[in-house]
Amino acid sequence: MLQIVGIGLIATFLVMLLKEQKSSVAFLLTVFVGCAIFLFLIDQISAILHMLQKIASDTNINMVYFETILKIIGIAYIAEFASQISKDAGQGAIASKIELGGKILILAMAIPILTAIIETVIGLIPSSRG
Amino acid sequence: MMGIDVDVIFKIAGVGMAIALLHTVLEQMGKKEFAQWITLIGFIYILFMVASVISSLFQKIKDVFLFQR
Repeated sequence: MLQIVGIGLIATFLVMLLKEQKSSVAFLLTVFVGCAIFLFLIDQISAILHMLQKIASDTNINMVYFETILKIIGIAYIAEFASQISKDAGQGAIASKIELGGKILILAMAIPILTAIIETVIGLIPSSRG
Repeated sequence: MMGIDVDVIFKIAGVGMAIALLHTVLEQMGKKEFAQWITLIGFIYILFMVASVISSLFQKIKDVFLFQR
């Protein structure tokens, strides 16, 4: 944890320093630190995900759903990462477009799950035809 | 993982400061286009470093979040 805080603080100081002369380099530095911190965390995240996967496979839930959930989390994270960075660089329009893209992709991935839910719900309702 | 990042952060900041300094110095000396070149080269070098980290990040994300088709 201390490493993350240390890296973050050092980076903010350096960005302040670089802001006046070369704002482009400062922006690249923020992008770099964002990636570095997440690279540091990704090992813990993969451990958590392995644990979740084991639990899911034990309870023999259909693995497709679990994988789509994982993908949705991944897409959500990347979209948020990119939109924050572009917002930070002052490009609000690009940031909102990236978020829009992320939402649509997540919705597209959720289609099978949604159809499965709707089918089960319809199955529950005692329809007159049946 | 953490040790490398600190060095690279300082390197990026150092190269950035060096470019800015060189740019102003060379402009005083009158070699304007040379200053432009130095700025461009330095910027591309930093871009390359950041791009390599981003590519490794995306590769890791693909592995962890099971993005392979």
